[in-house]
Amino acid sequence: MSETQGVTITKTGQAGAFGGEILTVNFGPHHPSTHGVLRLIVDLDGEQIRRIKPVIGYLHTGIEKQMEALRWQQGVVVTDRHDYLSPPINNLAYALAVEKLMGVEVPPRAQVLRVIMSELTRLSSHLVWMGTSGLELGAMSMLMYCFRERDAILDMNEEISGFRMHTSYIRPGGVFADATPRFLEMLDKFIGTMPGHVDEYENLLTMNPIWRSRTIGIGRLSPEDAKVLGASGPMIRGSGIAWDLRKTMPYSGYETYDFEVATSNDCDCYGRYLVRIKEMRESVKILRQALDRLPDGPVNVDDRKMLPPPREELETSMEAVIHHFKLFTEGYSVPAGDVYVAVESGRGENGCYVVSDGTHKPRRVKFRSASFVNLQALERMALNHMVADMIAIIGTADAVLGDVDR
Amino acid sequence: MTALYNDPVGHWVVVTVAIAVLLFVVLTATAYTVWFERVALGRIQRRPGPNRVGPFGLMQLAADGVKLAFKESFIPAKTDKVLYVIAPTIAVAAAFLSWAVIPIGLWYNVQYWIADINIGVLLIFAFSSLNVYAILLGGYSSNNKYSLLGGLRSAAQLISYEIALGLSLVPTFMIVGSLRLRDIVDYTVHWGPYTGPIPLVLVTPIGFVIYLMAAVAETNRAPFDLPEAEQELIGGFLTEYSGLKFVMYYLAEYINMITVSALAALLFFGGWYLWFVPPVLAFVAKVIFFLFLYIWLRGTLPRLRYDMLMRLGWKVLMPLAIANIIVTGIVLVAVQG
Repeated sequence: MSETQGVTITKTGQAGAFGGEILTVNFGPHHPSTHGVLRLIVDLDGEQIRRIKPVIGYLHTGIEKQMEALRWQQGVVVTDRHDYLSPPINNLAYALAVEKLMGVEVPPRAQVLRVIMSELTRLSSHLVWMGTSGLELGAMSMLMYCFRERDAILDMNEEISGFRMHTSYIRPGGVFADATPRFLEMLDKFIGTMPGHVDEYENLLTMNPIWRSRTIGIGRLSPEDAKVLGASGPMIRGSGIAWDLRKTMPYSGYETYDFEVATSNDCDCYGRYLVRIKEMRESVKILRQALDRLPDGPVNVDDRKMLPPPREELETSMEAVIHHFKLFTEGYSVPAGDVYVAVESGRGENGCYVVSDGTHKPRRVKFRSASFVNLQALERMALNHMVADMIAIIGTADAVLGDVDR
Repeated sequence: MTALYNDPVGHWVVVTVAIAVLLFVVLTATAYTVWFERVALGRIQRRPGPNRVGPFGLMQLAADGVKLAFKESFIPAKTDKVLYVIAPTIAVAAAFLSWAVIPIGLWYNVQYWIADINIGVLLIFAFSSLNVYAILLGGYSSNNKYSLLGGLRSAAQLISYEIALGLSLVPTFMIVGSLRLRDIVDYTVHWGPYTGPIPLVLVTPIGFVIYLMAAVAETNRAPFDLPEAEQELIGGFLTEYSGLKFVMYYLAEYINMITVSALAALLFFGGWYLWFVPPVLAFVAKVIFFLFLYIWLRGTLPRLRYDMLMRLGWKVLMPLAIANIIVTGIVLVAVQG
């Protein structure tokens, strides 16, 4: 560090291409556009980026470690909190992993409700992405418009689960509660209005010359790089590879829905933007199909060893009281073994690796989070771009820092 | 009044009172511009905007002002203290000075001004160039890399757009033959049966478009608000400023916004002339229209990137402005012979 007339500059000693010296700037962790607490150590040559070194760990909450101390059914609550923009999808990954170990299959109504919640979550996650990305590139009204629809989704979360964000709605063995008639009504109304709102966003941005010039050709990620760096979700689809776990490794009956995998061959920020817009439209299509086919029936597996008995049974059946007591003191045990299940979240492959040693608590839970892996591609995308482009690129990588650090 | 004005002592009394009145009016107008922006932006973004302090939130700015005034006057370590303090005062002083030569039509044939000089527009440009010093020195003295980057960006931006801004007005001066703002407003034409003042935008529409774009850049407003691009450079040159020093920059930005709006009204839209509307109302309405235009832009458009901004300034606006001057010259010679 040396001081020259009031300005402290970290001298790297390297010469830049424009005759000046490389300036090392520390972006974050409390920079407004780093989506939370991402810290980037950036070498700037003029305003061009020569090196980016992400520093993570500022939002490490020890979620994976915590889960080892919690009983199987308690772990759900913690999964809500790593990718805090898509809690039900996190729940789903964990629930599917536990169910796979236990060898149970949830009833059809629960499957459809899970799909509904997953798609609503994908929509709300994309809406937050779009609002914040718009804000980062200066289109500040986008945030307000997107949060209007996101609020409708949070209202639905509240109606069906009692919580607006951390729903813990999807649980091993089924879902928390059946959908209320009011929820279905709200959902129906939402499906009706959402396509119009997506058109509205597109009116503001898709053909806007400033938006296009800020995103087209910025942050190129070739299909080969995307594969090598393990990108998933809109990141890899924006590079033209139709990799969507809902199609390629279907779960919860996704293979029975009619929807397209959104891809774009642009390989840049604009491509990733188009992919997310298209995904929003496809999600609405899936929601419509799910709502139309929602079958009657139970929403939980009929297994007293896994899920508590209904309240009324407790007054007449000693068996039920014992089950209730055992479940809420010791919990259930899961057969020993390990399993990896991946679901498609708004950000990409959200995987959950669970190891059980046959007791009532997991031996190890590991999340393969899309944000963490997608963040690896940041330097590849942002090199030799300007600082302002880096903001756009971080935006379209759509990393949630809670998900990165876990 | 004239006797008092011509009296050597009375002259200074009149001028001092005039300055005091104008300071008060411009400061109040600035406060309500901020209110207007927040409410209009709020409505664009489907939220109410300030509506708690006073009727319709009209006292919000008083509350904000008091809050900021009572903040600790903090100067970060290792700053260049003299420059750090002087920079915001340059900004606000330069912004106020422009109003010395701006005439305001109060009633028919009654105008209000402090100095009615024959190079009024030139003087306004001179004062608005001082703004570069404020931003550059503020960014330089803050001991912060974001401030430095913001200050450098802004210096480049202001200098390039000032040229386009100045050139965009040259055709107007050529047509009117004066740099005095009152003469430009009173510019009279004899078009068939019509004789009287006309909005000059009808004569130099291209000049107006260039002026409008350059003025947005000149006042650092969205979509050209790069110096303080909060999503990239945190607060740009403002990052390390707080309390009253921050208020001064903020004030300067909004005064400049009103200044360029008023100039647009005076230079291109006939100042205080608007059919049967009383002059002062017409003038205020025109200024509010341009202020709304700025707010509308801010609520709608994404921000340009720095190099795109420079490209627009040097490769589009400036050649266009020069072509405009040449064409106007040819037409003038052809018409007047």
